[in-house]
Amino acid sequence: MDAMVMAQASPVRLFFKRLFRRKLVLIATLVLGVIVLAALLAPWVAPFKPDAMRMARRLKPPSDINWLGTDEFGRDILSRMIFGGRASLGIGAAVVVLSMSIGTLFGLLAGYVKGLDALIMRLADAMMALPDILLAIFLVAILGPSSGNVVLALSIVYAPRVVRVVRASTLVVSELPFVEAARALGVSTFRILRVHVLLNVASPILVQATFIFAYAVLAEAGLSFLGAGVPPEVPTWGTMIASGQQYADDAFWVVLFPGLAIVLAALSLQLIGDGLRDMLDPKLRKAL
Amino acid sequence: MARFFLRRLAGLLIVMALVATMVFFLTRLAPGDPAALMLGDQATVQDIAKLRATYGLDQPLLVQFGLWVKEILSGNLGQSIFLQRPVTQALSERAEPTFFLALFSVSIAALIGIPAGIASAVWRGRWLDQCLSGLAMVAANIPSFWLGLIFIQLFAVKLGWFPVAGYGDPGAPFLLRLQHLVLPASVLGIVNSALITRFTRASMLDILSEDFIRTARSKGLAERVVIWRHAFGNALIPVITVVGLTAALLVGGAIVTETVFGLPGIGNLVVSAVLRRDYPVIQGALIVVAAVYVLINLAVDLIYALADPRVRAG
Repeated sequence: MDAMVMAQASPVRLFFKRLFRRKLVLIATLVLGVIVLAALLAPWVAPFKPDAMRMARRLKPPSDINWLGTDEFGRDILSRMIFGGRASLGIGAAVVVLSMSIGTLFGLLAGYVKGLDALIMRLADAMMALPDILLAIFLVAILGPSSGNVVLALSIVYAPRVVRVVRASTLVVSELPFVEAARALGVSTFRILRVHVLLNVASPILVQATFIFAYAVLAEAGLSFLGAGVPPEVPTWGTMIASGQQYADDAFWVVLFPGLAIVLAALSLQLIGDGLRDMLDPKLRKAL
Repeated sequence: MARFFLRRLAGLLIVMALVATMVFFLTRLAPGDPAALMLGDQATVQDIAKLRATYGLDQPLLVQFGLWVKEILSGNLGQSIFLQRPVTQALSERAEPTFFLALFSVSIAALIGIPAGIASAVWRGRWLDQCLSGLAMVAANIPSFWLGLIFIQLFAVKLGWFPVAGYGDPGAPFLLRLQHLVLPASVLGIVNSALITRFTRASMLDILSEDFIRTARSKGLAERVVIWRHAFGNALIPVITVVGLTAALLVGGAIVTETVFGLPGIGNLVVSAVLRRDYPVIQGALIVVAAVYVLINLAVDLIYALADPRVRAG
């Protein structure tokens, strides 16, 4: 019976069944799902408009009307957090896509084209000799503060991590007999990279993507907090904490809740990444 | 050993050369003319042209780069546009809080992370391991500035145990000023302990599965002796690397925490330089931070090689 069910189950269902064998990964996915859905459906689920100011109700603690309290302009914190999730998660997701694209391209080149390996890897080393947040703030300083430039800066910061992972996997895969066979058959390098190597390095890339998503959410908040990220009028979890910090003495909820949203989102992503890694590569389970 | 050292030194020089190249050319992509920036809004076209000539900004880019590298090699990182003093001076004035903050933070991180990692490995899979690993996971995903704000509210504003911000009066006794570092160092220590915990746990688990541990156990040695005398020291060797790198990354990576706590450190200097577009300061800080990082990296590699002969050969 069990075998029949397994045979009928689609690969996608099997994938999730194995991933959710660990309860914590399931919980993390549900938490992240709720956060993402709330952000996507923000105009419908948020109890108030994010910019609706009511000075009579400024800095009010959590109540039945404003579940998580109000900020210095009497705006509803929960509603701002739901809308803020759009920018915070949107930037995180965009960083994942862009850093993955840059990193995969250069990782494949470094791993497969011998002449480029040393150059690309030393460049990655040079970038990683600078702390993430320092390199990010430098790049934003050059590009100018805007959501798009924050995405670009963070993608450049995280790309070297992807390069390392992709290069390492490419080196292993490109020595495998089937790649050698393809080469002997006269298949073009581009096609070998795209079809044979890329498909086989997909799982370490996927794992890295969830981790970078978590780092990017944290880093975006840090940059916005420093005033070197998203413009302060755009609500993100980081800008909410930044603008609320001077009122924290009397109204701690102004900074407490947006921070909790960051922790929950980043933690869920990290747990999902761990779950994916364990499932896709049991050998890695112990290391880090 | 000498050959190992030389190989690492060569790698270090290449990385530094690339960092310098990257920093120089990226800065030139920034909008705005450095000379116009230096002179402000009131400057005339002639003034700007004159200043450009003085700083060699009218020369071809590669010539400028050559001149810049020559200056760096002689220890001159340029002149701050805003602070009206050499970048090296601005950096060295800010070095003390950053240095002690990094030292304190990494000590706290190691004091939390190493025992937690060892305990997790020894009681692998039990509730203590699950609690500690879970806590490490949470700690790694807390934004340091947010934890800083909460600590300030709790321990400085409500309880009054520590100063809210700043680094104290410059003339104050050293120990009094160090009191200002307790909260920021605790924040960074907690956030950075996560990686050390996970690393120590993994390393300890590796060692505990080695043959010589099985031999020790089969000799009938007490578990306490096996863990502390046989496993502990060996498990710590790889942990040196992660502790060293954490310290190195904290030198320029504590930007956000320094800002929250108003510490006049290098991170704080970089943030104000970014907001004022003071590019020479940003460039200088990046070069110095990268240099500190690669030097600590080299030191860590050397300690590692001294502690583990297998590394030297590899």
